[in-house]
Parts: sequence; C-alpha cells; structure tokens
Amino acid sequence: MNTLKERILTIIEKNSRINTSELAIMLGTEEEEITCALAEMEADGIICGYHTMVNWDKTGIEKVTALIEVRVTPQRGQGFDNIAERIFKYPEVDTVYLMSGGYDLMVILEGKSLKEVAGFVSNKLSTLDTVIGTTTHFILKKYKDHGTIMTKKDVDIREIVTP
Amino acid sequence: MRKDLLSDKTVGLKPSGIRRFFDIVAEMSDAISLGVGEPDFDTPWHIRDEGIYSLEKGRTFYTSNSGLKELKMEVAAYMKRSQNIDYHYNHEIFITVGGSEAIDLMMRAMLNPGDEVLIPQPSYVSYEPCAILADAVPVIIELKNENRFRLTAEELEAAITPASKILVLPFPNNPTGAIMEKEDLEAIAEVVIRHDLYVLSDEIYGELTYSGKKHVSIASLPGMKERTVVVNGFSKAYAMTGWRLGYACGPEEIISQMIKIHQYCIMCAPTTSQYAAVEALRNGDEDVRMMRESYDQRRRFVLHMLEQMGIPCFEPEGAFYVFPCISEFGMTSDEFATKLLQEEKVAIVPGTAFGDCGEGYLRISYAYSIDNLKKALTRLERFVTKLRAKNS
Repeated sequence: MNTLKERILTIIEKNSRINTSELAIMLGTEEEEITCALAEMEADGIICGYHTMVNWDKTGIEKVTALIEVRVTPQRGQGFDNIAERIFKYPEVDTVYLMSGGYDLMVILEGKSLKEVAGFVSNKLSTLDTVIGTTTHFILKKYKDHGTIMTKKDVDIREIVTP
Repeated sequence: MRKDLLSDKTVGLKPSGIRRFFDIVAEMSDAISLGVGEPDFDTPWHIRDEGIYSLEKGRTFYTSNSGLKELKMEVAAYMKRSQNIDYHYNHEIFITVGGSEAIDLMMRAMLNPGDEVLIPQPSYVSYEPCAILADAVPVIIELKNENRFRLTAEELEAAITPASKILVLPFPNNPTGAIMEKEDLEAIAEVVIRHDLYVLSDEIYGELTYSGKKHVSIASLPGMKERTVVVNGFSKAYAMTGWRLGYACGPEEIISQMIKIHQYCIMCAPTTSQYAAVEALRNGDEDVRMMRESYDQRRRFVLHMLEQMGIPCFEPEGAFYVFPCISEFGMTSDEFATKLLQEEKVAIVPGTAFGDCGEGYLRISYAYSIDNLKKALTRLERFVTKLRAKNS
C-alpha cells in the first residue's frame, strides 16, 4: 500500500467528514489524487463505509449492547465460515469475529431492550444446529470505542499563550 | 523598605512581551488561541506509565547531579543515531531542568563581564536575559525574511567583534519555523572556527522538521563538536513540556562547569521525569513520527489558508509555527494582535515578543486541531477583509 493511501486512512479513520480538498491541502497533493485513491480503496473494499460514532447513552434512547460468546461445531469443508454467515446475516447483529481461545465466535448485538436481546439469543442463536452453547454479557458502560474516549470531552488545558 | 532592595541587573531586564500579551488575553475567557508554544498532544501513555511506575516502585529520591546513568546513556545513543556524534555519556552529557536551564548554565559557565553573545532574532525569549544575567553583552543579529530567516555567514561576520564569544544558534526556530540546512551550517562553522567562537545550539525542535529535510546539528560538522554545546530536551518531540526535562551535550571542560552550577542550584532534574524520559528515548520513535506527520498536515493547512487570504508568509520547515508578515495593514504587530483579539477574539502572539525585528510579523502556532485552526483562521480572514476594506 502506498503511503498516500495510508495517510488518507489515518486521517479519515478519525474524521470521515473531512472533504477531499482539505485532505489534499493537508497531505500536500492534488485533490484529484485524493479522489482517485479514495475511489480505489472503496472499490478494493479497504474503505468499507463512513460511519458516525454515536454515544447513544446521551440521547435518552434506550439501547442495549450485548457481547455473546458462541461455541459452535465447525463443519467439514466449511470451517466456521458458514455458521458465521448464518449469524451475521441477522440485521440486529453488529459484529461477528472468529476468536482463538475458549470460544469460537464473538457476536456483538444491539437491541432495544434486554428482552429483545434475550429473545434473539434463545430463539435464533441457540437454536442453530451447530451452536453448542452461548454466554451473553451485557455492556454496562462504554468508556472508549473505536479509539474514541466516550466518557469525557477533550479540553485544552494549556495556558492560552506561552513562549 | 531599603532603596537598594532589588538587583539593578534584574530590575533592568525587559519584561517578557509574551507575558504582557498573556495578561490581556487572560481577561478574555472565550478567546480562541493560536498562541501556545507547546504541543497539543498528551505525553504518550507508555511514557507517562513509566513515570507512574517509577513512583510506585518508590523511585522518589535524588538522582546523581548529572542525571540517571540509563538516561545519559540513552541520550548518547540518540545523539549517535540521529546525528552520528559520539558523546561520552558520563563526561560530555548531563540532564537539566528543561532546555532552558542548559541555556542559562552554558552562559554562566562560559561568560566573563564584557564578553559578547551573538543572538540571532527573532528567537526564543530567554537568550538575551540569560546573557545579561551572566554579565555579558547581548549582540542581536536581525534575521531576514528574504533569507527565510536563516542566519548567513555574512550577517554573522558583520556582528563579530574581538569580544565575541558565544553564538546562539536557535534552529529549528521558534517563532519563525526556519531551519538551517547542512550547507548553511557549513558556512557558519567556517566563520565560527576562524573567529574562535563557541556555539550554543538550541535544538529543542530538532525532531520537528518537514519536507523530508532532517535536522542537522552543527556539532556534527568537522571541528565543531569541540566548540558546541548542544541543548535539547523532551518537551517538544515527546510532548513532555510539563515534565521539565532537557539535556546538554558538549566538551567536558564546559559541561563539568555547568554541572557545578547545576549541583548547587538545582541538585538534579526531577527523578520521575528522568525515568519517563528513558522510555521516551527507548520506545518513542513511532510517537514522534506520528506527531511530526500530524504537525506537517496542519502546517500545510495553515500556509494554504494564509495564502488564500493573501497574507505573505515564507514556508517554514521546522518547529510548529508560521511567521506571516502583516506589515501591509499599517499597524504594529502589537496593535494588530490586540485589535484581532478585541474584535475577533483570536489570540496570536505579536512577532515583537521575540525581538524588535519581529515587527510586522505574527507568530501563529499550529499545535492545534485542524478544527480549531480552521475556526481561528476564518476569524483572521474576516478581520483582514475588514481592514482591507477600510484601508482601500
């Protein structure tokens, strides 16, 4: 990967709203080059989307996030891919990772209520043929998410003028 | 109260221009500042963690006067890998309370009454008062915009007298952002050697250079190590201003006298900071690279916005300042900065805070987030548009 792309990614990973002309200025290149690099990375699936970090806790809208450890029986010729796909196709599933260690798949799920999450686990997840067992953890508080500290705002505490 | 209560020398020192400006700004709670001379990054966590760990382990005692052996050895290794200079960790290096202490100590260790110290300006505020406190005579060399604020051999030559002893070489420069490249330094070194001068090379911004130009220390040139004291520290490169830690590298003869003053006045640099600094030098290269890249992006951003406003500014290649020229507006730097603060609530330090020849310039610090820079510079743009409309 060339360094321009890497530099672009480093910036937009933190701020995807920055526009292409500003990127060009900051990286000392032409806007066309930026547009081109972005298009290429989108096509290659390197850039998978432009999301917004939302701290739902502050909105008053109820959300429950659960982290579910799932143990499964891998299938001949398919490994874990098939079962992972069956799980990630559910729209309420946010994240699915294959893990090393004590369990196989980590599923992160967002629901409106505890009941909704519980319903998903007992009705949909646990009933899948290959699923041997699940352990559900509810997330109580997000301190830091995707490199962003959620609990407090950055304040500039420097003296206002220094030599 | 007795009439001779205070020292004439101290009372006679000019008050700092920054201080005066600070007092005005401090009155305004909602001003946006581009006036800060320190990084906006927090000290990288692994460095802070080492500081905390050292406290947990009870490393709460004095270190040796000249500093922790591990740290001095890391400094020696750093000088070797960054500048290819060999310094003996025990005889030619010692740890100070910030680069500032080292500046003061070198002057006090070397100067006799009447000796002259050559100080290029605009530059950091402490060289002139330190020279005066060491009973020496500061001789100011005015750096020029047309030379991109580099020091030329001709300018140096013209300022030399039989009393000249120390040349201060403050590059990469605060407030101009100017750097000196190898050829520039070679020309200076030739004059320095011919006139038997010594150099105080303040390289505190040495890690922060851009456009692919790596900082070169004058001490790395032939014949210069023995007549240079390199002053450096952790404040700018590792975002460690509050830790107050720096160091000096130079000939044993000078360093040992500097240590003598240090041992009486300071004892030793803060122990916690020294442990943290060992970690910075051992595992901090990637942090420095990341911060440098980020400053460089902001540097380009600020230069671009100034260009759009039609405010002339040479392209600085070091530190984290730009030094635009605002003389077209027919105001002094002080008037411009004060008016900008009153009308648009943006705090930018007038160039004159760094020497009289900073008249007509402003120091804009870009150690701020892009959002903050954009907000402040948009206000500056509105301000200059109004001024131009009024003046035309």
